[in-house]
This record gives sequence, C-alpha cells and structure tokens, in this order.
Amino acid sequence: MVPFAGYQMPLNYPTGIIQEHKHTRESASLFDVSHMGQIRLVGSKAAGCLEATAPADIIDLAPGRQCYSYLTNHAGGIVDDFMVMNINSGYQMVVNAANTFSDLDVLQEACGHGCTVEHLGSHSLIALQGPFAADALAQLSSEISDMHFMDVRTLELSSAPCTISRSGYTGEDGFEISTPSNSVESLARALLQISGIQLAGLGARDSLRLEAGLCLHGNDIGPQISPVEANIAWAIPKERRRGGIREGGFPGAAPVLSMLDDGPPRIRVGIRTDGRAPVRAQAPLETSDGKAAGQVTSGGFGPSIGGPVAMAYVVPKWAPTGTRLWAIVRNKHLPVKVVPLPFVPLRYHRS
Amino acid sequence: MSILRYTDDHEWARLEGDTVTVGITEFAQDQLGELVFVELPTVGGSVTQGDDAAVVESVKAAGEVKSPVSGTIMEINESLVDTPEKVNDDPMGDGWIYKVAVTDPTEWESLMDEVAYAELLAKAS
Repeated sequence: MVPFAGYQMPLNYPTGIIQEHKHTRESASLFDVSHMGQIRLVGSKAAGCLEATAPADIIDLAPGRQCYSYLTNHAGGIVDDFMVMNINSGYQMVVNAANTFSDLDVLQEACGHGCTVEHLGSHSLIALQGPFAADALAQLSSEISDMHFMDVRTLELSSAPCTISRSGYTGEDGFEISTPSNSVESLARALLQISGIQLAGLGARDSLRLEAGLCLHGNDIGPQISPVEANIAWAIPKERRRGGIREGGFPGAAPVLSMLDDGPPRIRVGIRTDGRAPVRAQAPLETSDGKAAGQVTSGGFGPSIGGPVAMAYVVPKWAPTGTRLWAIVRNKHLPVKVVPLPFVPLRYHRS
Repeated sequence: MSILRYTDDHEWARLEGDTVTVGITEFAQDQLGELVFVELPTVGGSVTQGDDAAVVESVKAAGEVKSPVSGTIMEINESLVDTPEKVNDDPMGDGWIYKVAVTDPTEWESLMDEVAYAELLAKAS
C-alpha cells in the first residue's frame, strides 16, 4: 500500500506489477480508481460553463457520449485533464484525484447562475480493462454489447446503479464504472467471481498507460505545458479552433490557438533505449555534441514491450522518429532514440 | 567456513577467506518488487564501504547497492544482466551481485550479525 493523493492505495497485489500488467492485456483486470474525482454539473448553463473552462465541444456532445478534454489556464497550460460524459440530466466528469478540489473551485467560479457543480464524494469508480472486459461485463448486463468506445450508459450491474463509460487508461478496450460507494464492494466482488478477472493496482495502471502513450497529469502534462506541446491538441475540435463557430472562449485560447498555427517550442515523443536500463522521469536528454535536447517526463519498464519505455519533451528539431539522443542516467550517457507513440497498439472498441 | 553480515541498508555480505560476496536481502528484494535491470560494477574496480557499488531497478523504482566493505571487485554475477529476476527468486544465493577482495578487515566489525539484522527488520515491520 502506498499513499497517493491522500488515499492509501495498492501499488500491486501479490502477483506483482508485471503479471498484473500482462493479465490486463491478455484478459481483464479490475482497478479500484475511486480516488479519482467525480464531479457533476447540472443546469441549463452546464455545457456553457464547461466550454468556458475547457477547449471542448460540449454543446454537441450527445447524451450517452463521453469526450476527453482539459482545463486550461491563462497561459494555455493544462490545469487538469478529464473525461466528461453527457448523462442526460447533466454532465459528469472524472478528474485527477490531486486536482479535485481546485477543479471544483475553477468550475464553480466559471458557472455562476444556471449551473450547479456537485462533488460526487459518495461515489466510487472502478475500471474493468482488457480484451475480456466486454464479454465479462455482458454477463451482468446484455446492454454492454451495444456500447462502443466513449459510449455511456446508466444501468444496473448486479443490482448496483451504475454510470458506465466504455473507456479507460490502459490502451485496451474496457469500462469505467461509477457507482455509489455503498454498492461498490458487492459489485467488485461479483466481477471478481467471473473467471478471467483479477485485481490490478496503481503500478500496473502506470505501466499500462505509459505503454499506451497516455499522459499522467503532474508528470507529462501540467500548468506549464500546453496541449499543443503535449501532442494532445487532437482533443480540441474544429468548433473551438480558429474559424470555428465557437472559436476560443477558453482560458489561454490566444496562446493555444497561436501555437496550433506556429508549432510548439517542444513536443512530447516516445523514447526507447538500446539497453535494459530504464530511463525515468527527470532524466535530461542531450544530443551527440552535448547540447540540451529535452527531458524525460515518464519512464520505466514496459512489461508488454519487454524493455524500457519513456516519454519525453524534446525541441522539434530532435522530434522526428529515429532521432538518436543520449539520456543522462546516474551521470552516464545512455543511447536512446525517438519512436512514435503509443508503444503498443490501442485496442479500443470503436464503432 | 563462511559468515554472514548485514547493513542497515539491507545488503548482505558473506565472508569466505578474504573475499566478500555481496547481495541484497530478502526484505530488500520484496520492497523493490520484480527487478528488471541490474547495473553491475566493473571487475578490477574499487569500492568503498557505504558508497554505491551497483544499481538494482524494479518496475517501481531504482535502488542503490551500497557496498558493505571496501576493496577490489573480483567477480560480478553477469547472469543478472539477462535475468535480473534471479535476485527476487534467490537473493541470498543465485542472486548474489559481486565479490570483493577486502582491503580493511576492521570494516567487517561495523556490520550487523543475523541477530542484530533480525531486530532491525522487526522494528521496520
């Protein structure tokens, strides 16, 4: 157990991170991610409130659909990244644990009248991830089979009232399930009764998302990093870009939209090493002639890759795939190269 | 005959003649979790008591192996390069890390015996 954002969380269960990681890619794993903040926005101005804080297209987000976006600051940095779903009665967000209360402040300030912002403190969140997740969940509700990637349904699983999205943080097909905390334990136990599902902890969650090229807020993205630099500007729809019908209108719109036109001063890339030594966050990257080229923001061992994997920010000159650089680890120079992200194919169940 | 000693940093040292074999303890491997990389010292190089002599990295974290004694590296466990998990499976046996020819026998006296190390573990848990 380790402390994480004010919670005591399992880093791994007895089988260990590598086995939990591989099991997730081969079958399905259940993660307790109840530390994640859940926020509900209700009211006629809820969509407008979200659009005032994030460069997303919430107006056109259909009931039963989810999208990924981020709260930005006036410099265009990423205050937090989140998932938001249209649940008919309003919008429900999943935000990073450590940012829950600051996000609530930002949203409440942006909303004013016509929208209430509620912290779902009595709700838990569990994630069922892996290629077997859909078949497993379909044993509890036949409606699951009709869902595609980023679809949202409200239904009962094993008599627990659930809000389910077909999404996750592993690169695999899977589901995130929000349910009141007083029904989560019985639901988790029911899921673990299904042969092929086992528990996985924070350690596997981190190695899975790293292989999938997904950003961790606080490491790979943060208030000093713009979505263009993070290479996640795909989440900004045309409606909010230059010439769009609701162009700008979010904090830091001017710097973000300019950077979309002019290109970023640094960009997030994948890094592979030649040897077995992991290159971890904070390791500086240099060129062959000793010039600073960038810095690693997440790194470790990728169990499915069977070797070290990392993500880093580099100046665009050194960003092309195949560029050879050096990582400085314990005062030694390790040869590395720039590779495309993700490290493993994403296996979402797209429609 | 061999004798075992321990450091408060959870390395073990086994004295045979004037050679000391070094590794990490069961407690240390359990805390680190599954090892994915071991950085070995260079044969012929020298190590100083308490200084970093090797690195063991797990999926979770990197840990330094601080040398229990000073001396010259005589042999390294090269099999750990391809199978670092040997340290998890058999930390006090096949998972040994390096052997050092001792230069200062008095350093041995500063290490913990099995009773003292067992007490340290009891306090840690």
